[in-house]
Amino acid sequence: MISIHKNLNNMARPVRFNNNPIPADTKDHISVADMPDGYGGEGFFATRLSDVVGLARKNSIWPLPFATSCCGIEFMATMASHYDLARFGAERLGFSPRQCDLLMVMGTIAKKMGPILKQVYLQMAEPRWVIAVGACASSGGIFDSYSVLQGIDQIVPVDVYVPGCPPRPEAILDGFIRIQDLVGQESLRRRTSDRYKTLLESYGIQ
Amino acid sequence: MSLTNETIKARLIDKFGDQVSHFEEPYGMLTFEAPKDLNLKVMQFLYDDPELHFQFLTDLCAVHYPGQPGRELAVVYHLHNLVENIRIRFKVFIPVLAPDVYTATSLFSSANWMERETYDFYGVNFLGHPNLKRILNVDEMDYFPMRKEYPVEDQTRIDKDDDMFGR
Repeated sequence: MISIHKNLNNMARPVRFNNNPIPADTKDHISVADMPDGYGGEGFFATRLSDVVGLARKNSIWPLPFATSCCGIEFMATMASHYDLARFGAERLGFSPRQCDLLMVMGTIAKKMGPILKQVYLQMAEPRWVIAVGACASSGGIFDSYSVLQGIDQIVPVDVYVPGCPPRPEAILDGFIRIQDLVGQESLRRRTSDRYKTLLESYGIQ
Repeated sequence: MSLTNETIKARLIDKFGDQVSHFEEPYGMLTFEAPKDLNLKVMQFLYDDPELHFQFLTDLCAVHYPGQPGRELAVVYHLHNLVENIRIRFKVFIPVLAPDVYTATSLFSSANWMERETYDFYGVNFLGHPNLKRILNVDEMDYFPMRKEYPVEDQTRIDKDDDMFGR
């Protein structure tokens, strides 16, 4: 029987819980961002600009959570301390599209909501990425009806789809990691290239 | 003496005679029907009467009965007496070819959006409504979704990608 006052002998803080804290197991379990390939020496490091810019961008993505329904709740769980999206650099969620990089569409989008989602996407500044979280955002989900948009890729170009109904927070994190891979390897000239322009033209975005 | 279903029924028959009909009590809630021209009069009577005092419109919706020619659409009003905690249901049947009913917005402000929703999904035309247009569906929709006159799968739909979903 451990009395509640036992810890006062060696710790002198009067608490009832966490009396025997487990020491953190961080040996070999902390990952740091890998250095990109390059040529380095005393006081200098030469690499490709897109690698450095990609590294900086991917570890500091500011997401815009466009959470409509149940997947939004799973996203709240992902943002909370247990699954912690902030570990990946997405500490600051912006709710203004003008300040965000990643549009996370989580939840059922009705046909009436489509133009609004498109407006939000248009207000984002390049470079911008879109992740469709959940079955409803990817394809309409189980709502095969007259009122639900059958996938947001009918109105905005999507980079990563996360299937699930709802996807587990681990799955949302996996999708986010794939977005990070895309961001890290993106060419600096992609957004002004012809191929990207034709992609946007196909969505009716100039 | 508190208000009971029998008293309400007696008062209604007293006032409207045989124009109110089809009295039923499914699960204890008094339900009756009246012709469509009298809907405002009945609701006004239930509203103004100091004993009946049905001054809260809980719900306004419609039902489509395709098998009853001449009486296809039923507009259903759920009224509540907040003082005595009694609820009643009042139905008005209208033909689908001339679905006109007088609006209840002059009596209950909550009827405004509820009638817009009923129009949006069933096509019931509320006469005198200040702003009768679609509320939940896209404005360009040209049919009334909740009517029971469509096949299960629309073969002409274009909003789903056939390559991906296959049919």
